Amino acid sequence: MKQTYRRLPLALSVAAVSMIGLTAGAGADTLRLLTWGGYAPENVVAMFESETGHTVEVTLSNNEEMIAKLRATGGSGFDLAQPSQDRIAGPQAEFGIYKPIDLSKIVASQFIPSMLAATKGNTTVGGEVYGLPHIWGTSGLVLDTVKAGMVHDYTDLCLPELTGKVSYRLKRPTLIGFAFAMGMDPFAAYGDETAYKAIMDKVEAKLIACKPVVKTYWSGGDELLGLLRSGEVTAAMAWDTGGWKLNAENPDITFVAPKSGALGWIDTFALPAKGKADAAAYDWINFVMRPEIAAMITESAGNFTASKGADEFASADLKARYQASFPPAAVDNIKWYPPVPAGLEAIEGGVLDRVKAAK
Amino acid sequence: MPVPPFDFEVVFAMVPDLECRELTKRFGDNLAVGNVSFQVPPGSFFSILGPSGCGKTTIMRMIAGFLAPTSGDILIKGNTVLNVAPNKRPVNMVFQHLALFPMMNIADNIGYGLRRQGMPKAEIKRRVAEVLERIGLPDVAMRRVDELSGGQKQRIAIARCMVLEPDVLLLDEPLGALDLKLREHMKIELKALQADFDTTFVYITHDQSEALVMSDQIAVMNDGRFEQIGTARELYYRPESAFVAGFVGDANRWSGRVERLNGVEVELLSDSGMRIKGSGHGRNLAKGDPAVIYVRPEAIELARTKADLSNPDTMISGRVSSVLFNGADSRILVRADDGGVEIEVALPQTGDCSDMRQGDEVHLGWNANQGNCFQGGGD
Amino acid sequence: MRTELRLGFFLLLTPLVLWLSLLIIIPHIDMFLVSLRERIGVGKYQLSLANYLTFLEEPLYLWTFLRTALMSIMATLITLVIAFPVSFYIAKMVKGRLQAVLFLLCLVPFWVSELVRTFGWMILLRETGVISNFLQWAGLVSGPVEMLYNDVAIMIGLVYTSMLFMVVPLVTTLESLDDAVIEAGYDLGGSGPSILREIIIPHAMPGIVSGSIVVFMLSLGNYLTPRILGGKDSLWFTELIYSQFIVRFNWELGAAFGFMLLILSSVIVWGMLRLTGQTLEKTMG
Repeated sequence: MKQTYRRLPLALSVAAVSMIGLTAGAGADTLRLLTWGGYAPENVVAMFESETGHTVEVTLSNNEEMIAKLRATGGSGFDLAQPSQDRIAGPQAEFGIYKPIDLSKIVASQFIPSMLAATKGNTTVGGEVYGLPHIWGTSGLVLDTVKAGMVHDYTDLCLPELTGKVSYRLKRPTLIGFAFAMGMDPFAAYGDETAYKAIMDKVEAKLIACKPVVKTYWSGGDELLGLLRSGEVTAAMAWDTGGWKLNAENPDITFVAPKSGALGWIDTFALPAKGKADAAAYDWINFVMRPEIAAMITESAGNFTASKGADEFASADLKARYQASFPPAAVDNIKWYPPVPAGLEAIEGGVLDRVKAAK
Repeated sequence: MPVPPFDFEVVFAMVPDLECRELTKRFGDNLAVGNVSFQVPPGSFFSILGPSGCGKTTIMRMIAGFLAPTSGDILIKGNTVLNVAPNKRPVNMVFQHLALFPMMNIADNIGYGLRRQGMPKAEIKRRVAEVLERIGLPDVAMRRVDELSGGQKQRIAIARCMVLEPDVLLLDEPLGALDLKLREHMKIELKALQADFDTTFVYITHDQSEALVMSDQIAVMNDGRFEQIGTARELYYRPESAFVAGFVGDANRWSGRVERLNGVEVELLSDSGMRIKGSGHGRNLAKGDPAVIYVRPEAIELARTKADLSNPDTMISGRVSSVLFNGADSRILVRADDGGVEIEVALPQTGDCSDMRQGDEVHLGWNANQGNCFQGGGD
Repeated sequence: MRTELRLGFFLLLTPLVLWLSLLIIIPHIDMFLVSLRERIGVGKYQLSLANYLTFLEEPLYLWTFLRTALMSIMATLITLVIAFPVSFYIAKMVKGRLQAVLFLLCLVPFWVSELVRTFGWMILLRETGVISNFLQWAGLVSGPVEMLYNDVAIMIGLVYTSMLFMVVPLVTTLESLDDAVIEAGYDLGGSGPSILREIIIPHAMPGIVSGSIVVFMLSLGNYLTPRILGGKDSLWFTELIYSQFIVRFNWELGAAFGFMLLILSSVIVWGMLRLTGQTLEKTMG
């Protein structure tokens, strides 16, 4: 019993969409891609279109919106989505919005084997694989190393001398990061709701105590970059690419892997349950995983891909920044997100609401 | 133009309710009111009559206090009111569209001014009932404004002012929005109300019949200036300017040059070559001057044969070009044999002229003292 | 003749019925059904009022709603107080071209998206923003001043966003007030405040009420302005709904929140109408 309610308007629109779908011919398809900014740069799309004859329609989004959009339509409206690997298994079990990936249709040799294996493991539901790795990166600290040199870990963002100069998101990565920085292991507690709740309660207390120091909770990447660029914020919790981007403009600002470890994420390829251009989707996956194409995407998105051999094509600048932020010990210390079990979001949601409401 | 001296017998030893002294108002370079002086004795009905745009509304708004004069003085009961705000002046105004307060009922409308004076509620109620009784609408106190007829609203608008017992009541063409029949009726009623309240009314209008019927004194205004002040009869029979002669009542008009002068009698050679006689009534005319003669339609004698005329100074023969039947006010238009404009003649509904037809031969005539002759008018 | 009339009636009625049913009634019924579900396991739901109980039992949610409602009422009042003189000026004091120009000026902010408008305020209010820099340049303050990320900033944003929706109905009703009625008020001894109270405001009441309802609902339902300008303390009810739907995947609670918002805001509007002695018919007529 998947969904008890079949909603009338949704059913109607689904019916309408599938009727339109019937009239479309096979062969050259339109690939409706639901992805992140920078993951489908125009030059790559143009190359793909001329090579395969498919056309690509790109819709930019983020994890939560991708899931919400697919949930609203029961998994139709898009042919390929790119959620993070930890956010596939839970929503799939709950809402059934993806379809299994036919591994015979992908060129497995183009993937970094360890990453492919890990992603497959994390996105398996009922014996079927639902996700393939595409782009990976970390979140950690973006600091003005001159003015906020004393920050080494997430909890240092609460130092009173930084009052009014700190910004982070009020989202789950913040909760996880603070938990690690406070010496706990939230990932280990994923399977145990009570233990997880206990950890989150402590994080909640810390974040509420921290609130006076915070200037604002940022919600968009550009907003945060603006705050850092103007110097209104000197220490923030953010993605590595943001730090590297600012580093190119101002050498004082850069991405720093926190002492307790950066949080590692992998964005994937996943097929929406009612996608209608699977062939085009597989074509796209195989196309963008080619090392030289993957390097073009790295150039545009700022992050490295799971494509084997693409590093050779990446720019020297980016490699240098990566190595500065990630000494070998820091790489080993990256905490990769395990799949989020359904139900944890409710606990986290309560914490985030209470932090937001705290005075 | 020199302002004629007022009728001193009337105002002797009496302070006028309203007096304007050399009142002038300019809007930029535009002279709206120029040097107007007049006095309104207590209890009289004074009208300012003029075409639209002549400045009469500007005078009224200056008296009410909504406009400040450029120069001159306004006195009410002998005291200048120039520094008195409109809400403190002992003057009230009935607006063109009445401006009753639609958000209040009738009693609140009438009581508005009293409430503003801080009068106790019971006293306001008594006064409102009293004034409603007086205007013959005792039962409308609780009605809404839009439930009343046009004539009733008119009376309410007047009552709303009169309950404040103003020294002067200003009325800005209040009958303009009414239909003809009601307007005729309201003329009589207004005059009766004025007599009843015994308050000085200053009434402005462009409708000469309203002014002529109701007023004790009328000022005829043109182009920002007073042309003449006088009773209805004076204005009608002894206009002092060509404008008044043309504006008040109907008149036939001939322009030309003075051909001959004989005392007050003037002979004019019209532009179309007719010889027409009129009277200068003491105005300064000289031979050869350009001049105009105005003759009222009802002053013209009409006959089917020349012999039937009573031998008037001016005689014209012609044919009826059209008959304008309007009961007692019927007219005919006559085209003179020797050319010129059509002449409008009153057609008596008695005698042998009453069945006049288009094309009939007619003979017209009038005596010199029926024609009013003024200098100028070459226009 | 009769059948033609009937046909015309139904043809005219059809778009209204379609609009109401497809875009308003059916989605609301659907939303209501969703709000009555309770998740009892992975993919399993049952009919219950649990979501509504959650709203009523969790002080945080009630408090957020209360705060949102009070701030919205305040924004409505401030908007009214600012918009009234502006509208009076546009409707009564200026004529012709200037009137059109001023009216258009009120409209200009709406040519750009709400997001851009809100960012405009950020540029002005932020620590390195225009006002802060000006104050420092003028020597009035010694260091940068942060004016963003507080309730005042939210209020400014809300009032600014709502202005037009108050000005338009006010200008319309004030324009319909004959100048002579105001002059008659003066003529009969009224002073400025008494004319405002007894003549202008009663006349403008329908505009005030309809403008206030629109502004109140817009403020209550605003999402961007409180979130962006309010920063860490924004706490707006629509944010809760958004996060239930999008971040928590908890559509059931989100739908219940949505319904509570609908019900409570309707109650507030109804209460305000009763309090001011107005009816909806009078306002719309």
